[in-house]
Amino acid sequence: MILNVRHVTRYLFDEPVRGIVQSQKLWPASCASQRVLSWAVTSEGCMRGAGFTDSAGDRVELASWRGPVSEIEIEVTGQVETIDLFGVLRDHREKVPPSAYLRATRSVAPDKGLRALSDEALGGMDSASDLDRAHALCRAVSAAIAYRPGETEAHTTAAEALAGGAGVCQDHAHALIAVAHVAGIPARYVTGYLQSDGAGASHEASHAWAELHVPTLGWVGFDPANACCPDERYIRLGSGGDAQEAAPIRGMVQGAVPVEQLVVEVVVTAGQQQQQ
Amino acid sequence: MLSRTANHLYWMSRYLERAETTTRLLEVGARNALLPNVNGGYRNDWEAVLQAKGALEPFREKYGEPNQRNIETFLFFDADNPSSVYSCLSAARENARVVRTALTSPVWDALNTAYQELKQLQRTERSKLMVSDLTEWTMRSCHLVRGSIAATQLRNDGYNFMGIGTSLERADNTSRLIDVKYYVLLPSVSYVGSGLDQSQWALLLQSMTAQRAFNWSYTGEITASKIAHLLILNRKFPRSLAACVQWTCEYLDNIAENYHKETEAQAVAHQLFDDLSNASVEDIFDEGLHEFLARFMTRNAQLATTVHNVYLSGLPV
Amino acid sequence: MSPKEPPIFNEMLNGAEIRPGYQSLEKWYRSMPAELRSLKQSEAEALFRRVGITFAVYGEGGDPERLIPFDMFPRVLTNAEWRKMDRGIRQRAAALNAFLADVYDRREIIRAGRIPEHLVTNNEAYEKAVVGFRPPRGVFSHIVGIDLVRTGPDQFYVLEDNCRTPSGVSYMLQNREIMMRMFPQLFLENRIAPVDGYAGLLKKTLASVAPAKCDHEPNIVILTPGQFNSAYYEHSFLADLMGVELVEGQDLFVEGDYVWMKTTEGPKKVDVIYRRIDDAFIDPLCFRPESMLGVPGLMNVYRSGGVTICSAPGAGVADDKAVYTYVPEMVRFYLGEEPVLENVPTWQCAKADDRKYVLEHLEDLVVKEVHGSGGYGMLVGPKSDKSTIEAFAARIRHNPDNYIAQPTLALSACPTFVEEGIAPRHVDLRPYCLVGETIELVPGGLTRVALKEGSLVVNSSQGGGVKDTWVLAE
Repeated sequence: MILNVRHVTRYLFDEPVRGIVQSQKLWPASCASQRVLSWAVTSEGCMRGAGFTDSAGDRVELASWRGPVSEIEIEVTGQVETIDLFGVLRDHREKVPPSAYLRATRSVAPDKGLRALSDEALGGMDSASDLDRAHALCRAVSAAIAYRPGETEAHTTAAEALAGGAGVCQDHAHALIAVAHVAGIPARYVTGYLQSDGAGASHEASHAWAELHVPTLGWVGFDPANACCPDERYIRLGSGGDAQEAAPIRGMVQGAVPVEQLVVEVVVTAGQQQQQ
Repeated sequence: MLSRTANHLYWMSRYLERAETTTRLLEVGARNALLPNVNGGYRNDWEAVLQAKGALEPFREKYGEPNQRNIETFLFFDADNPSSVYSCLSAARENARVVRTALTSPVWDALNTAYQELKQLQRTERSKLMVSDLTEWTMRSCHLVRGSIAATQLRNDGYNFMGIGTSLERADNTSRLIDVKYYVLLPSVSYVGSGLDQSQWALLLQSMTAQRAFNWSYTGEITASKIAHLLILNRKFPRSLAACVQWTCEYLDNIAENYHKETEAQAVAHQLFDDLSNASVEDIFDEGLHEFLARFMTRNAQLATTVHNVYLSGLPV
Repeated sequence: MSPKEPPIFNEMLNGAEIRPGYQSLEKWYRSMPAELRSLKQSEAEALFRRVGITFAVYGEGGDPERLIPFDMFPRVLTNAEWRKMDRGIRQRAAALNAFLADVYDRREIIRAGRIPEHLVTNNEAYEKAVVGFRPPRGVFSHIVGIDLVRTGPDQFYVLEDNCRTPSGVSYMLQNREIMMRMFPQLFLENRIAPVDGYAGLLKKTLASVAPAKCDHEPNIVILTPGQFNSAYYEHSFLADLMGVELVEGQDLFVEGDYVWMKTTEGPKKVDVIYRRIDDAFIDPLCFRPESMLGVPGLMNVYRSGGVTICSAPGAGVADDKAVYTYVPEMVRFYLGEEPVLENVPTWQCAKADDRKYVLEHLEDLVVKEVHGSGGYGMLVGPKSDKSTIEAFAARIRHNPDNYIAQPTLALSACPTFVEEGIAPRHVDLRPYCLVGETIELVPGGLTRVALKEGSLVVNSSQGGGVKDTWVLAE
């Protein structure tokens, strides 16, 4: 399937700031389930540099703006060819051993509720395959947290989201990582794009899910928000231990902290391969 | 040199100079209180002194009515008063401590010793301390630090930034001291030229340790216009506005030469100096002394901002 | 361990006999009148205060400019004793660096089954962000502080390794400086190996690990958390000795491919950063986002080869107390040699058998937190009462992975000035090994002394003092 992405992030400051530095993880890597046909990240007035491929195989670049700046815009456009590999991440070049993904960050620290959810999901599955166990955890998280925007914040932890019983894809992914850790399964956070319906509705298009490590298959994606594994509608962008580590943009504004307004537009549409 | 280091050196000098001014104000106030009132008796001009420091309100909130003891405490020891001698010397030492390695041992020793002695003074029973002792001690301590800088510091960029801190701050402070005299101590223009006016001018000279300088530079009786000339336009007097601005120019020229790069700061400083050089006492009195001083302080502050943007922020402008 | 108190090795006295190296010191002490001694002691204190060398005790409040007590009685190591330590320390520093280069790359030692994987990759100090990255010359830990204790004439043990940013070297240098000023005669009577080459060697080491891209004399800086850090004096002292800038995070910024420092002449490129800030704080875009001490984007420049950070982020995984047990194994695995210096026997509470033994012998053991430092969060069994021991046992049972235990070693004692004259007090030694293009080590280190009678805790944060340490030339 050919997917076209247009993703614009715009920051507006009510007072000009002295400068901005961003670490951007906005380039999808090609692997067995996706081939990047074209990809461009552009923004006006910034200095780029320090590009490298990080330990998890994701391309990272630094962008900085010297102040005074009152508005910046980052535009991502590209085309990716995808196939459905049932969530299995294959031929992705990375260096970090899966065992390094067993440590909890603040966002995915397990509490009593998450431990109970994990134990419950895996009850009677001692002899089940690792893959089946992973599926069971994903189902349990889908059932325990309803998809409802506006109930949680960017800094809501997995434990808090579970206690509240509702959240968005970030909360689902965090909760799945947490219950996987409880079960001793390495797990991580993945960011990407999702083509939902033909219409390309903007609000779900920038998406997040989790990957769990299954010894026989390697990393396998699970999307508890949609109760499925990533298929050809998904583009994988980058990963990390939690939403913060995996974030496509991590930035810092210099000077007095201004009121910042963030505008994001994402459109993912199925389409034809571009004429070269 | 690191911009932050330069910034600390610059502020060390500014605070040191500011401590000295506070103590000079304290002296003006104390002596002024001894002057006879026009209506007979003795005047209480302490409010005027506080007003010059912009500190009348905070003082009232904390101490109520001004009396000499409270004002001494407030201007000398009070850590809540940002321009007290204690606050200024502490800030000067703190700035120095951070860039300890940019200073020679004698400079650090002099400043650190002053600070330790001040803490000692703080513990001394107040009835054993005379205002004149306090002001003399402060001036001696400040002279010692500046003397150590002059005698031992390498003439590099750090030295010049210390110099700029001193000259910019002193220019500002001299303006304020003159302004206290002319605008606050003597609110009514009708007093100009009166006997009281004369004695207050004399007092102003005294507060800047300028009596002898005056006598050597001018002949005849003490007049307002001669004193104004000395304190504002006479480049030979080391606290005059002209002298201060001239130093700022020199320090900036040194830096530009070191760095092989002329800057906007130089241009702004030289413009200010040229304007002072072309002014006469008559022009100043025509404009109004207070108005002239206010305008000067604004331009001097703008110069400080330019110096900050060009050198102390670390980014090219 | 036998519950009986083992004999304490006295470094100066062998019964009534004075050991080699201490003869002249013994005479010096005997011929010094008490008044002169106290005069010299206050002179030393004044000197320390003059130069500004003070040590703030973390978490204890009080005067942040408190002096660390200096004991004037030097500690002496003979040349033969030092030669062995020298060999052992260099060997250990090399093995620790080989380990770091390996666990962030192919993980051969794990594949070979010589160390359990989870101890390494699941360790809090194991930094995902540097996996697969090879820093210049493959060096991760450029300044290795190795804490040594002695229990007998020839028994030296490594108590712990410090691979991140070991502190205290300024005391090593200043102790010597002050002794030479106060007692020049002693340095004429004895041939004492100098330590003052340290700053030069440190600068050479740091310059040797400049990024490959750097084609000029590298610009080296020391990155400090600021003047409120307890070791700030040391940071500024080292910067001054090396003639490099002491910077704070706010003095640096990243732009394009490089890190720049803000100077009065505009931005200047930085090539090597000797950072004295913990990993978690060096870059808010990679680690703790709320950190104001670091430089946003620093890790991006580091990973793309624009700057060298010393020590490398993630170096701490080699000095973890649980990993410590495996250092002799590292020496064998990477260098194919037998370790010159032994580890203190260590029980790991994570292992069931070890835990059982530890819980049964708490009154004889020292128990430490795996990630703890500075003598906090530890139990000294023989010095603790029953209720303290019981409370600690509960903590071990609750989280066994967090603890290791060691026998209470009979640390050697050195003559130390006390009220009544001199008395033996327990000491340890921290030499500082520099790893860059070459491995360098100045003869000596920082001797810390437990000033309280009978105390085994030498940490300056818990009332320890320091001594000048002499290595006698041949």
